[in-house]
Amino acid sequence: MSAISPDNSVYVSRRRRNVVMLSVSSLALAFGLFWLIWILSTLLYEGGNALVRLSLYTQMTPPPGADGGLANAILGSLMMAAIGTLIGTPTGILAGTYLAEYGRQGWLASATRFINDVLLSAPSIVIGLFVYTIYVAQVGHFSGWAGSIALALLVIPVVVRTTDDMLKLVPNSLREAAAALGCPTWRMIMFVTYRAARTGIVTGVLLAVARISGETAPLLFTSLNNQFWSLNMNAPMANLPVVIFQFAMSPYDDWHRLAWGGAALITLAVLALNILARVLFGKNA
Amino acid sequence: MDFAFESVTRVFAIVVFGILIAILVSLVIGSALSLEKYGLRFIWESDWDPVKENFGALVPIYGTLMTSMIAMVIGIPVSFGIALFLTELSPAWLRRPLGTAIELLAAIPSIIYGMWGLFVFAPLFQSHVQPLLIDGLGSLPAVGGLFEGPPFGIGMMTAGLILSIMVIPFISAVMRDVFELVPPMMKESAYGLGATTWEVVWKVVLPYTKVGVVGGIMLGLGRALGETMAVTFVIGNAHRLSASLMAPGNSIASALANEFTEAVGDLYYSALIELGLILFVITTIVLAISKFLLMRLSLREGTRT
Repeated sequence: MSAISPDNSVYVSRRRRNVVMLSVSSLALAFGLFWLIWILSTLLYEGGNALVRLSLYTQMTPPPGADGGLANAILGSLMMAAIGTLIGTPTGILAGTYLAEYGRQGWLASATRFINDVLLSAPSIVIGLFVYTIYVAQVGHFSGWAGSIALALLVIPVVVRTTDDMLKLVPNSLREAAAALGCPTWRMIMFVTYRAARTGIVTGVLLAVARISGETAPLLFTSLNNQFWSLNMNAPMANLPVVIFQFAMSPYDDWHRLAWGGAALITLAVLALNILARVLFGKNA
Repeated sequence: MDFAFESVTRVFAIVVFGILIAILVSLVIGSALSLEKYGLRFIWESDWDPVKENFGALVPIYGTLMTSMIAMVIGIPVSFGIALFLTELSPAWLRRPLGTAIELLAAIPSIIYGMWGLFVFAPLFQSHVQPLLIDGLGSLPAVGGLFEGPPFGIGMMTAGLILSIMVIPFISAVMRDVFELVPPMMKESAYGLGATTWEVVWKVVLPYTKVGVVGGIMLGLGRALGETMAVTFVIGNAHRLSASLMAPGNSIASALANEFTEAVGDLYYSALIELGLILFVITTIVLAISKFLLMRLSLREGTRT
């Protein structure tokens, strides 16, 4: 048998190794998808019934044993997410603009970029602790504002990062064209580069909203919870994640059912936002 | 106007820069009482007794490190497999949908993982998997101690497993991105010499992207260390130091989530805030290393083109 025949034992073992490793790699992917499918189907199975009942959206969180819904929690979550996004987005966009447009040289931009990436993955519970010590402990009570601030602190790094990345993708020839027409830098940024990077930035904001809609840990110490319908941002505020946490940890079956309904609602909303962001970005990329 | 606009953006950049420092300072101030009373002893004392006001962080630190380690042991090979599949094996039209599906794992809120873990996964794990692990591995020398004891369902092993699912999307996304940085010329040369796909990945792609891969792993580790809700549901919240991974334990984040709103007394608060400070310092260091490694890879990329 010659050394280069396909039956050479070295070739056979290399090919075998290749097949084994590639199969293991396919299995790894299947492993990942398996959990996704399992979790999503559990949610639909356990929460599907609660999700289609109107009372979930119209009634307040009940005491154990009574019928009820999650209306106040949904409202609280929407309000805090909206205010968190309204605070976080402009801050993030402006900071990102500095990084991409002005900070080409100098230490501030690169240091901020570094710190921002650390913040992006910082444990959200520490953000909650931070807002607790600087705000809740000072005013002496939990409140919707504190929750919104904590959420805004989670929005900022995401928006800074995407704004920075998206502005850096804008070709320099566009900036030069604007400058050649005598356009001052700020108008160039407002009317040329922002427009070119618009979809990317919107995508980033959507992803940030998706992220904060499901965050629980930072709200535990800031907005806490509220059993009643409340529009008062200066008082403790109900929100879906904390209600789910409280209800799921309780021993009552009807609370568990509501928790599953809320869980399914949050997950569907977050996944929809994620997919929307991807579709939006994918179309323009 | 130009100057004003630049100044405004600079101010906001400084605000972002300042957040990290503000967090650090506020946590140090918040934990001053406990820092003063215990000093460094806090880290290796295992007592946690709110009644006698005696606090030590060993149990939660141990729980955090153990669960993250389990997550890494499972998460790293699986993420590598996924990244390999997505970059080398998958047909082009499947690449995007499959990649998105894996990324959606990261989008599911952590509280959902926790609930699912507690109500669905833990009971199955308790009745089907844990007895096998305990019988099969519990009697082995050296590692046997890790698998001893009754199957509770919840515990450090369960928490670690769920964490591993949660870090997979982060690690595999970074790995996939850095694998795509490898110049096609290098891979084609190896294929031209007759290398198999596996050999190309193991001997060309991986050595070239080593730094970035470690960066991705560190990113995943940073996520695992700070994960709160998923762990809180399934770790069992027992302030007890046990060698067995099957036993309930506690992690820094879950201790905070469970006890902070119910804490009474300044010293208790301050000890909990110090736990948060320890967590923040550890994750910041891990994430900074990750970022540094990933930056080095992209710098090298820059000089080569």
